[in-house]
Order: sequence, then structure tokens, then C-alpha cells
Amino acid sequence: MLAQFLQFLFSGITVGATYALAALGFTLIYNASNVINFAQGEFIMLGGMLAVFFTQAGLPLPVALVLAILIPAIVGVIIEKLAIEPVKGAETVTLIIITIGASLVIRGLTAVIFGKNTHSLPAFSGETPIDILGATLMPQSLWVLGITALVVVVLWYYFNRTLQGKAMLATSYNRLAAELVGINTGWVLFMSFAMSAALGALGGILITPITLTSYDVGIMLGLKGFVAAVLGGLGNGLGAVVGGLLVGILEAMGAGYISSAYKDAIPFVLILFILFFMPRGLFGGKSTDRV
Amino acid sequence: MKKSVYNGLYVVIAILLVLPFVMPNSFYLDLAVRMAINAVIVLGLNLLIGFAGQISLGHAGFLGIGAYASAVLPTHFGWHPLLAMGAGAVATGILAAVVARPIFKLKGNYLAMATLGLGIIISIALRNEAQWTGGPDGMPVPAMGLFGFELSNDKQWYWVVALLLSVSVWASLNLIDSPFGRALRALHGSEVASQVVGVDVVRYKVAIFVLSAVFASLMGSVTAHYVGFVSPNFADFFHSIELVTMVVIGGMASVYGSLVGAVLLTALPQALATFEGWETVVFGAILMLSMIFLPKGLVPTLAAKFGKGE
Repeated sequence: MLAQFLQFLFSGITVGATYALAALGFTLIYNASNVINFAQGEFIMLGGMLAVFFTQAGLPLPVALVLAILIPAIVGVIIEKLAIEPVKGAETVTLIIITIGASLVIRGLTAVIFGKNTHSLPAFSGETPIDILGATLMPQSLWVLGITALVVVVLWYYFNRTLQGKAMLATSYNRLAAELVGINTGWVLFMSFAMSAALGALGGILITPITLTSYDVGIMLGLKGFVAAVLGGLGNGLGAVVGGLLVGILEAMGAGYISSAYKDAIPFVLILFILFFMPRGLFGGKSTDRV
Repeated sequence: MKKSVYNGLYVVIAILLVLPFVMPNSFYLDLAVRMAINAVIVLGLNLLIGFAGQISLGHAGFLGIGAYASAVLPTHFGWHPLLAMGAGAVATGILAAVVARPIFKLKGNYLAMATLGLGIIISIALRNEAQWTGGPDGMPVPAMGLFGFELSNDKQWYWVVALLLSVSVWASLNLIDSPFGRALRALHGSEVASQVVGVDVVRYKVAIFVLSAVFASLMGSVTAHYVGFVSPNFADFFHSIELVTMVVIGGMASVYGSLVGAVLLTALPQALATFEGWETVVFGAILMLSMIFLPKGLVPTLAAKFGKGE
């Protein structure tokens, strides 16, 4: 009983950490620009695929991983410069279609360049499972959780203790006011795309040894990251992390105890229920409309 | 004033009447039928997105319910296709009405999330209930018929959907000019202001959502009978996005824009077939470019350029 519960919990937290990183990516871009970036999932896919490609090409693991984070970050910045900046202030639907267009381009190019096969990445430190109260924990899960925790701490420090981070926060509260005190909001937008693409790619790399990857895994991962971000309350960093872990855990529990066929539906059922009762997510503030 | 509103409708009817006689072969006839079906769906969706300003990223789910009602009920329970179609529409209407109230408390990106979730849940259910739906492989749909007459060839289908399309354009034009349509446009402009002048905002949002969902379900049934086959892809997220893109590329809050959007995006995959392997890339690039350079959509942009309203 307990062993089984722990097993579901471990796998839930591990996947949840990836959703949390994706959700943080959604949050960063949303705060800087009010855009929901539907290409976020493709950064996750790109991170995993590039890591596979570079290690197979013979590069040492650390170099491969850095490149697999750097390239998606550059792709994110290109999308921001070419497709998001020119349409500032467009309607929500228009922005959604643009980012979906971007996700199709990334997915399509990946399929053309790397093919449509499923790939795996060797675990960072072996495959010997660790036994905890009858449940097994893969060492890779520890990597996922450890690095995610580290990222959260670094991000917290960045946004609360550095001038750059505070400038980004200020922009998310009020763009005009931020510009008036001399913050370069164009730079904030640029940084937010680079950072969220890098976060997504990092999540994709970490999870690939456990879940495998192929050119089309981005859609579902991205949408679940979106669920996590909305669950926590759009724009709330802590909410994104909690939302990600919660979505991961409930998905694993639902798949284990209720129905594995409906695993992918669980996050969406969850978000519908939450939104019915809490229209702005768990940690979303009350909104007031200016008339 | 009234007259100029209907001028476009006469043009549409004229084109529909002439089209089958200038089609070089049945490939184009088939394409025309699918364009017309999509146009009717997009008209309904544009009432919701363009006129009322409410986003739906799960509309393919409603299409799916209609399509699968028309596949499952006649196949497994021996229902008459028309009855099955009606049952699908009623079920969709009830589902839409039940979820609409809580969903339309939401706005913008939260609304996008909720409708997206609803659509995905429906498509996953269709994919998983394999004993009824054939699972990921889909299932065949029996032919549509009435009183011993069976709709079998593309020519017959063409006239049926041409009639449906003409009626839908006429109905949309009238709806927009009715008190109901004005209330929708008012709440798009400002919900608070329309509440102040006595518009029951929630009721109108629910009504237009249910209406466009039922529209989608009926056309889902039509598509299923026409194609003779349904698969879960018909209800998936990507199809929802395609429909929304048709609305936006043609032009939000534009009846004729809906038609243009449907025609262009139905033809696009055919045109892209030449780009072997690169279809997805080119399709994505076209979505991005058209939104960057024509954020208001084709018809409103052109109408503004040539200085006349629709």
C-alpha cells in the first residue's frame, strides 16, 4: 500500500518538476508581455532532442547540455524579436495563433532535421534504483528534483535581490511606470523569452532519460505546463512551482489509482474544477477592471 | 442600408450556383464541399469569437461529439442518421449549457485554458472508449439518407452544403443586426457598460456559446456522413486551432471573412502537399506571417483599404 503510494508520488514529483519549469517559463513571458507562449512545450522538446543529438555526436555531456540549453534560448529570443515585438498590444487570439505558428515551425524543423524517431538519453549517474520503504527511486529523479530546486532558489534570488530581476518584476506590475523610472522594458521582454526557453529546455533535458523524447512530445508537455501556470494563478512564480508539482502528483495518482488511459485528461479535468471555483487559480489575486 | 447588407449574400449564392459547372474534376468538387462545411462551422465560431469577443480553443470537441453521435448511434444502436444527428446536437447543447455558466465567469487567458481543457477531455474520451468509437483508428460512418433516398455522390452533397451555407450566411447577417447581435457586440465592447444599459451579459454569453457549439455539432455530423469516416483527430486540439485560425485570418467579426478564412485554410494543406516533409514548417510560418502583417484578418483589412464597410 504505502510502497505503491510512494511509487506514484515519486514519479509524480519528478514529472511535476518538469511541469513546474515549463510553468515558470509561461509565467516569465506572461509577466513581461501578457503573452501566453504556446511554443513553450517545443522548448522542452528541443532541449531533450538537442541533448540527445549532441551526445550522440560525441560531445562530452556537460558541453552537450549547455548547448542544448543555449540553442533553445536563442530560438526563444528570435521568436520574440521577429514575431512578438512587431505585434505589441495585439488581441489575445492573434498572439495565441502566432505562438502556435512558432511551435509548428520548431516542431516541423525538428522532424525534418532529426527525423521522427523516439530517442533516449542515458541517465546522468547510472540506473541503479534506490529503495525507499519498498518503493524505488531512480537516481535521475534526484537530478530532476535537485536541479529544479536549485533553479527555483536562483530565480528567487534573482527576482528579489538583484537590480535586473527587480526591473523585470517592476515591468510585470506596471509597464508604463517601469518605463518612466528608466527600465528598458524591451530588454525585459528579451530576457524573459531567453530565460523561459532555457528553463523549458532544461526541464526537457532532465526528464528525457526517464520519459524518452521525440519531435512531437512538446504539445502535451507544454499544455500541461500551461495548466500548471494557470492552476497556480497566472503570473505567480510560487504558484507556477506549486501548480507544476500538484499537476504531476495528481496525474500520477490518477493514472495509478483510477485509470492510466485517462492519464493525460487528469490535468485538464483538474484545471476545469479549480477554475470553476477559483477563477484566477490557487494564488491569483482578485482582479479589478478599469471601466 | 438593408440592401447593401444582402449584396454579399447574393454574390455568395451566385458563386455557389456557378461553381459546380466550372469545376474541372471531382477533386475540386470534394474540396468545395469541405470548404463549405468549414465555412458554416467558422460562421458559428466567429459569432462567439469575433462578435461576442469570447475565445474558444476547444471547438473541435463539439464537432467530435456530433461526428461520433452520427457514427456510433446508427452503427451500434441502429438509430436513423437524422435522429442520431439531432441527439448529438442536443447532447452538445446540454453539455455546452452546463459548462458555460462557470466557464464564462472567466476571461481572456483563463477562458482560453478552460475551453482548451474541455476540448482535450472530449478528444481523449473519444480516443479511449475504443469499444464504441474504434479508438485511435476511428470508425466508418453509415450513409445519410431519408425516405429511401441516399446521399451518395459529391454532386448531391455539394447542393446540400451549398444550401446550408447560404442559409447560414443569411441567418448570421440577420442575427448580427438583431437585438441579440447588438447585445453581443455591446458586451464585446465593454461588459460593464452593457450591463449598465441592461444587457444580461452572462445570459448572452451562454446563449452564443451554446448556439455555436450546437452549430459545430451539427456540422460535425454532416462532415462525418460526407467523409464516411471519423477519427479522434477530428476532435483534437490542433483542429480547434485550425478553426480559430480560419476565423482570425478571414477577419474577426466579419461574416464574409469567415468564408474567406475557411476557403483559404481548407485549400492550404492541398497546396502545401508539394512541400514534402516541410508542410508543418510552412503552415506554421504562414500562420505567423499572416498574423504579424494582417492582425485584423484579410476581409476587414481589405475593406478598410478600399474605404467601405462590410
